[in-house]
Amino acid sequence: MLKEMVFAGFGGQGVLSLGTLLAYGAMKEGKEVSWFPSYGPEMRGGTANCMVNISDEKISSPIDTEFDIAVVFNKPSLEKFEPRVKKDGILIWESSTIDKGPTRKDIRAYAVPAIKIASEKLENTKVMNMIAMGALVKVSQIIKTESVHTALKETLPQRYHHLLPLNKKALKMGMDLVEKK
Amino acid sequence: MGELRLMKGNEALGEAAIRAGLQGYFGYPITPQSEVIEYLAQQEPKHNYVLIQAESELAAVNMMYGAGGAGARVLTTTSSPGFSLMQEGISYIASAEIPCLFCNVVRGGPGLGTIQPSQSDYFQSTKGGGHGDYHTIVLAPNSVQEMVDFVYLGFELADKYRTPVTILTDGAIGQMMEKVELPDPIEYKPDKPWATTGKTKDRERNILTSLYIQSEDMEKKNQVLQKKYDQIKKNEVRFDEYKIKDADIIIVSFGLTSRVTRKTVDMGRKKGMKVGLFRPQTLWPFPWEKLEQYAEEDRIKFFISVEMNAGQMVEDVKLAVCGKKPVHFYGRMGGIVPAHDEIYNHIQKLSEKE
Amino acid sequence: MKKGYKLIYQRPKTLTDTRINYCPGCFHTTMHKLLMEVVDEMGIQEKTVGVCPVGCSVFAYNYMNVDMQEAAHGRAAAVATGIKRMLPDRYVFSYQGDGDLAAIGTAETLHACNRGENFTFIFINNGIYGMTGGQMAPTTLEGQKTTTSPYGRDVEKIGMPLKMAEIVSQFDRVAYVERVSCNTPANSRKAKKALRNALEYQGKKLGTTFIEVASNCPSGWKMTPEESLKWLEDKVFPYYPLKVFKKPDKKEV
Repeated sequence: MLKEMVFAGFGGQGVLSLGTLLAYGAMKEGKEVSWFPSYGPEMRGGTANCMVNISDEKISSPIDTEFDIAVVFNKPSLEKFEPRVKKDGILIWESSTIDKGPTRKDIRAYAVPAIKIASEKLENTKVMNMIAMGALVKVSQIIKTESVHTALKETLPQRYHHLLPLNKKALKMGMDLVEKK
Repeated sequence: MGELRLMKGNEALGEAAIRAGLQGYFGYPITPQSEVIEYLAQQEPKHNYVLIQAESELAAVNMMYGAGGAGARVLTTTSSPGFSLMQEGISYIASAEIPCLFCNVVRGGPGLGTIQPSQSDYFQSTKGGGHGDYHTIVLAPNSVQEMVDFVYLGFELADKYRTPVTILTDGAIGQMMEKVELPDPIEYKPDKPWATTGKTKDRERNILTSLYIQSEDMEKKNQVLQKKYDQIKKNEVRFDEYKIKDADIIIVSFGLTSRVTRKTVDMGRKKGMKVGLFRPQTLWPFPWEKLEQYAEEDRIKFFISVEMNAGQMVEDVKLAVCGKKPVHFYGRMGGIVPAHDEIYNHIQKLSEKE
Repeated sequence: MKKGYKLIYQRPKTLTDTRINYCPGCFHTTMHKLLMEVVDEMGIQEKTVGVCPVGCSVFAYNYMNVDMQEAAHGRAAAVATGIKRMLPDRYVFSYQGDGDLAAIGTAETLHACNRGENFTFIFINNGIYGMTGGQMAPTTLEGQKTTTSPYGRDVEKIGMPLKMAEIVSQFDRVAYVERVSCNTPANSRKAKKALRNALEYQGKKLGTTFIEVASNCPSGWKMTPEESLKWLEDKVFPYYPLKVFKKPDKKEV
């Protein structure tokens, strides 16, 4: 089963690493994976996205035109990707900074105030992407929670390993935010 | 089974080079391939290779010439504008018959162009690129795994034929991550009696040159090269096929585009279109013969070359098909990757006309 | 050897027994000989790799019996870099003219010097493009006539002749820079000593060594060899003085 996904937001919001963690976790589960970034001269503040495919079979194109799952952290990304979510697909959007949410009724949309929770409850906005990851894993069951833990441990450089508990906590908070529809 | 990792194409290429016994890397940063030199710079202390960030691609390619000529296993990577600058050196390297591995992570042109992926350097890579009658072997990976595999293959072919080899890939494959199985490292022991390592008493001096001032000598040198190219054409053609056995429409594409057209094939098959994919893995030598065979089969209605350029490989497809069947083209330019469904729609229309 | 004869001179062993095609009176011939004498005297033929340029000395590999690579025009420094980095215990030299080293290859020259590449530049500066028939070089003197400066080098238009020895001696990682000539037997001996110093310093891995040879080109200058020697004394040496610009500390040597 092929799952086509996109993660989008401002550069620095951790969308690329969110996609990487997911692809890595899926690879560890024996799946085929591809991760394709938008790339360009903007480093910080520009819009960034990555497309991630996870499949039981060999993946054809790493570049997708429509998505089973979209996770968006800013308004331009919501505007860009909402129309491209497949019918009954999942859209997770950052609801503490995007003032106007999605309008489509034929998709499963989840409002996740990841930035607010990360800054207020965890005092570290960098883990906002893990809150979104928690919500994503909970509603899509795309990979196991343990696989996210494995991915975190194996992809984070050793010098950041003291942040593992915080990331896991953020993941758990994200899961508690949503109910599977 | 080798080690499994999730890696970017560019980094995987660097890692593969290390494992394949890299001895010298000479390069100049340019988007979208700078990850290769960055990766190799980061890994340098753990290994035994020499890495120089040269002052230009001109200098880099000539360091390749010197180091390759000294018998070392050498690599450079660049992207389109940089590859143009290297063409002078590649011509000299081809003539002096020095094994060197090049990788062009293509971006859209002409000129400074865009940093987005493209296949518009097909002509430059497959038809020689620099001055004079020469070819480089051109390998076209379409996955991160092949970025790794073709480094091993490229080094081997370069040594075997004493010739420059080009890996022609694009920004997307360089930047994307996939699961990749890394082969075990090999211990590289060069056997290059022609290398300029110092004239010992038991041999004549070794001279590496591309200068043959007398026409007769120059022609003779060219004949030697052409004979070698004939051998390469005979032995080294590589391609891959997908759902082609019963196909009546054959899509021809390479590199990233062949990943998209694979999806087009699946889409077409679902809708009852008998479409298959033919993917050259060597762009030079091009699989002319195999395509000619297909052109002679009655079931085939037409060919379509799908590329990220204005229509370059299609000329080789036409050469192979030789008027026996219609050959169409569909392409996007400037760094735009065509979508699988837009390709399907185009083929659908063609199919109605034919 | 015939009875009663004593051998007092012979060609260096490392110079091939080939008829040399340089013009009569050209310093290339002398410099080839001096370089190969040094290689013989140091006993390093087996460990020497040379790089030829594009220019009159493009065929240097026909005369020097050592392993050699022929570089593209201007790229000898990059080629020598590649060789030396792969074979750090060999003696590597690039033998280049002024068009090669100081015009089309300036970037390669300066960056190799800046990196302190541990090879020896032998820079034959004759102020003209000899091989292509006497065109202006980056080192053509002010007012000097060539086929592309038929009214004399106009420095307002094209700038002053480049002083490469002076320039490269500014680099921290360049160990040794000397400008020599071989217009007289005494100067030839100095030139040979400079070549020997350079290769010895290279053997000690002290950094880049750079020998500029204020040279002549009787054919390109449209002079007899004798006239060319006078021109050197009168015009060239005042602008391009023969001297040591930089040498390693005694401690290092």
